[in-house]
Amino acid sequence: MCGTCGCGSDQKGPIISKPGEHQHPIDAHHHHHHDAEHAHEHSHEHIHESDHEHQHNHQHKVLEIEQDILQNNQMLAARNRGYFEAKNIFVLNLVSSPGSGKTSILERTLADLKDTISFYVIEGDQQTLNDANRIDALNIPVVQINTGKGCHLESDMVFNALKKLDPKNNSILMIENVGNLVCPSMFDLGESKRVVIISTTEGEDKPIKYPDMFYTSDICIINKIDLLPYVNCNINHIKKYALQVNPNLVFFEVSATKGTGMDDWYKWLVANK
Amino acid sequence: MHELSVALGIVKIAEKAVENIHFERITKIELQIGTLSGIELDSLNFVWDSAVKDTVLEKSIKQIEVVKAKGKCVDCDTAFDMEHIYDSCPKCHSNFKGILKGKELRVKAIEFI
Repeated sequence: MCGTCGCGSDQKGPIISKPGEHQHPIDAHHHHHHDAEHAHEHSHEHIHESDHEHQHNHQHKVLEIEQDILQNNQMLAARNRGYFEAKNIFVLNLVSSPGSGKTSILERTLADLKDTISFYVIEGDQQTLNDANRIDALNIPVVQINTGKGCHLESDMVFNALKKLDPKNNSILMIENVGNLVCPSMFDLGESKRVVIISTTEGEDKPIKYPDMFYTSDICIINKIDLLPYVNCNINHIKKYALQVNPNLVFFEVSATKGTGMDDWYKWLVANK
Repeated sequence: MHELSVALGIVKIAEKAVENIHFERITKIELQIGTLSGIELDSLNFVWDSAVKDTVLEKSIKQIEVVKAKGKCVDCDTAFDMEHIYDSCPKCHSNFKGILKGKELRVKAIEFI
């Protein structure tokens, strides 16, 4: 069984591919399928024939480690960040639950700004090239990471995707994370800013139901505001909950399909890039 | 289910730590996990066995020290116990706070024979 995801598949690690390309699994991820290479013979068995006290004469030794469990991801994220800084690439990590409109916001933004800014996109999904194909249709360089059963992107996947994407200096890289409001919050990818997207159809208290994601984000885009007349949602409540989690959040209220509110988002993007 | 990634991270750290030492068996691994670390202990326990299978930790005891979260209000300096990451200051109700403890996610030590 695959350790990372508990899946029974043979897929080894995430697959990184460009639209129109044959998909190769890459092996650089943490999917160690521990096979023959080191078969541990746990021969530490005691057969006690007499009824003496069960006393081991082994000496227990303690090795102090004091290491952060996510240190590996953080180190690779720092390496990504250094690469981005050297090339003056502004990187956004887009996170949200599935269906809140990450790809739609991305598509609209790229279509409206691609003549003035050079964009690159990394798409993260468990399966399919669908999102990458949507971006590719806009003639924006894109690489798709399929995480298989994995629920979030990690910094080594982004590192490997970058080799394929080869972004130019002074550009903006958009990383669309796997749609999931829980797991991606713990994994720094090396981004400049984290952008959490919530839509008006999702329920006002999402920010306190899934606080870690809002706590670690810098920007909160509230999408689908064109649906406000039809749904039971008060934007001020969303903001109140979100600010309770993270008082430093900056908000944008948009409708990606209608284009409402996108100008403020573009202004921020251009000013911060 | 990022707990599985975390469990595998723990295995990786343990494997690296014992790379250059002579040992027969790792008997215990000590972890420190904060209540605001984003880890569900139930989920971690659930995935543990499959994560450590065929690794140096397969027969180890897992000992978890749970670190209770504490915050300090940026506005009035009150230190307070936190249950959620969105808890506001009990004294002045400000949402601006620093988290003093509770984000820990660490391997403290291993014990081996």
